[in-house]
Amino acid sequence: MDILNAIVLLLNYIFVPALTYGSQLALGAIFVTLIYGILRFANFATGDMMSFGTMVAILFTWYFQSLGISLGLLPTALIAIPFAVVFMAMYMLLIDKFVFKYYRVQKSPPVQLAMVSIGVMFVTQAVVRIIIGPADQRFFDGQKFIIKAGEFKEMTGLNEGLAIKSTQVITIFVTIILVSVLFWFLNKTKTGKSMKAYSDNEDLALLSGIDPKRIVMITWIIAGILATIGGVLYGLDKSFKPFTYFNNMLPIFAAAIVGGIGNPFGAFLGGYVIAFSEIFLTYAYKKFFMYVLPESMEPETLVQLLSTDYKFAVSFSILVIVLLYRPSGIFKGKVL
Amino acid sequence: MRKNLNVIAAYSIMMVLIILVGIFQSWNIALSIFNMCLISAVMTMGANIQWGYAGLINFGIMGYTALGGLAAVLISVDPIQEAWRVGGFDILMCLWLIIVMVLVIRFILKNFQKSKLRTYGIAAIIVAGIIIIRITAEPGIEAIEAVNPAKTGFLGGLGLPIIFSWIVGAFFAGGLAFIVGKVALGLRADYLAIATLLISEIVIAIIKHEDWLTRGVKNVIGLKRPAPYEVDLQTTDWFINLVEKFNSGKLSLISNLADRQSALNQLVIEGSSVFVKLCYSGLFLVVVIILLILTQKALYSPWGRMMRAIRDNEEAANAMGKNVVKQHLLIFILGSAIVGIAGAMLVTQDGLFTPGSYRPMRYTFLIWVMVIVGGSGNNFGAILGGFAVWFLWIEAAPIALFLINLFTASMSDTHALKVHLIESVPYFRYLMMGLGLLLIMRYRPKGILPEKIEIK
Repeated sequence: MDILNAIVLLLNYIFVPALTYGSQLALGAIFVTLIYGILRFANFATGDMMSFGTMVAILFTWYFQSLGISLGLLPTALIAIPFAVVFMAMYMLLIDKFVFKYYRVQKSPPVQLAMVSIGVMFVTQAVVRIIIGPADQRFFDGQKFIIKAGEFKEMTGLNEGLAIKSTQVITIFVTIILVSVLFWFLNKTKTGKSMKAYSDNEDLALLSGIDPKRIVMITWIIAGILATIGGVLYGLDKSFKPFTYFNNMLPIFAAAIVGGIGNPFGAFLGGYVIAFSEIFLTYAYKKFFMYVLPESMEPETLVQLLSTDYKFAVSFSILVIVLLYRPSGIFKGKVL
Repeated sequence: MRKNLNVIAAYSIMMVLIILVGIFQSWNIALSIFNMCLISAVMTMGANIQWGYAGLINFGIMGYTALGGLAAVLISVDPIQEAWRVGGFDILMCLWLIIVMVLVIRFILKNFQKSKLRTYGIAAIIVAGIIIIRITAEPGIEAIEAVNPAKTGFLGGLGLPIIFSWIVGAFFAGGLAFIVGKVALGLRADYLAIATLLISEIVIAIIKHEDWLTRGVKNVIGLKRPAPYEVDLQTTDWFINLVEKFNSGKLSLISNLADRQSALNQLVIEGSSVFVKLCYSGLFLVVVIILLILTQKALYSPWGRMMRAIRDNEEAANAMGKNVVKQHLLIFILGSAIVGIAGAMLVTQDGLFTPGSYRPMRYTFLIWVMVIVGGSGNNFGAILGGFAVWFLWIEAAPIALFLINLFTASMSDTHALKVHLIESVPYFRYLMMGLGLLLIMRYRPKGILPEKIEIK
């Protein structure tokens, strides 16, 4: 019985949260990696673009709520996502037209594009804060829990409860669908293949008649979809705050690089690597050992490898180690 | 003279702007803007050495600034005897363990061939070392943090004058830069940018959470000052006489003796804070001028020529027998050390150390905006960027408020949009910074004062 309790404990405090957080990071990481693979620069505006998309979704959610539209048990934000995505894609294309296009045509070095993306970051951040303000926004409605800890305890008769929030299930579910569609698109359709070709070798792709403008446009649209959905899922699960989104850029970058930048599947896995290692290393295992070990060997301390304050530092350390030993990422494979 | 006309013009405009603030808002505000401009100028000089001279991208400016600030705390705060008594031994033990660990790793690196086994061995040593250090330090840290936690709860510093920390801050930052440089400088430009950004976040995380060393988010307040205190000045005779002499014209207009006395008191209170700020301005100006002379000399020396050669064509410089790796490391350390000085100056001026306030927007990206806008590769440009961008950063709110009122003049004061816009005035500074950066990068990519290399 104790082993079961220990497993449920780990599921509740490590596995489910890490899976959710990892999915949210994974979407952002694929966004970074796509931009890097096709447009060839590190996009420092990632976090703020995500917060922009989320902000639009929140505004739509509020509008629908005021109209009295809701999905019942599911959050209203899910209906708002398609509208937000359209808006976000337009915003991305607008930025590209007015900002990034010039440097792409000039064939500026990637560093310059990264600098420009910092300008975009400042502007996007300002726009988000001017429109919705810097404060915490909660826009979740519908049913909060699928299984409550208490109900689980009653059902199974265990000491440990397993609580599963509906947002966690939605996150994992939506991520699976979105990522499968994306990989199908990249690997099976003609456009996806031409994107891969463009990312592999630009000149060769141009020679074989691939239209670079179209590729770039599609990349931005896909990026807009990923940024919006990733941002909304994070906001539903935790809460929406522009500053948190800016900070999330860092683990997202870590995930993208750990997975091998330019490699979407690597980025997808990288998100989980970062999330799991953050939570594994900062969880206090005292209770776990209390269940597993006999009473005489029970630990007195928290058995925590690192305090939770260093949550971010964990992902960054992983990143630094990966950068040093395998700059191409831990998942070898084709780029894009 | 002629060819420097644009430099002189740009600086005159800047000075006029600050003086205008002094006349229309107050001299206090003008001087605090000026002081922060000087500190920003030191930071931009550091970033400019790395980016402008050598083309190295460093997004970790925040980390070096914070280390400089930490130096100010560790130098100037009086040592806390009791904390040392209860936990000092454990901390010193840990320090010793760290040194042993580093030496062992060095020994392994030197004496064994590169292999998988060696890598795993080093990793194992680091993990084991961290666990041992944690176990050793835990009781000491707990004891230290329990010593009068509301007021101290940390080891304190050396109790020296805070000015020394400017040099020590440079060494701290340089030391970190040495480690970071050794580790990360081989990376491609954009990877280096990300790596340095993340490393600076780790530095901030450590400073925020290692309470025994820095007091963490509890902040250290009331640091010593290199300048006199306002309260002391207000009761000092020579200062009151000075203010009286300075304002004798204004005071003589007031006939009533009591009125004149109260007017004088008011002037003394205002004057004291202006005087203190002037003291800081003097100190900072000295630092800026010394650094400017040194960096200018370096720029036109053979070393500066070599750095530009490395920046413009690494392979060619390497082929000419220049040690690119070593020079990159050197310039990375120098630039970071200058940023460290700025960090210490900043804490000195504020008189408090707040680890929670170190955010990448303010301390990394804003500095980069300054360098790019001012003109990378040109020290005068970088300093001007520091001045102009900081000025705009502070004055953005009044400007935005003015513009909003202008454009919404037809709306009533209670109109929802107008109220909302006025509430979000502070965020217009980000908008202005972003637009400024984008416009400069597009239409004047070399900055306001572009790099100009004269061959003598």
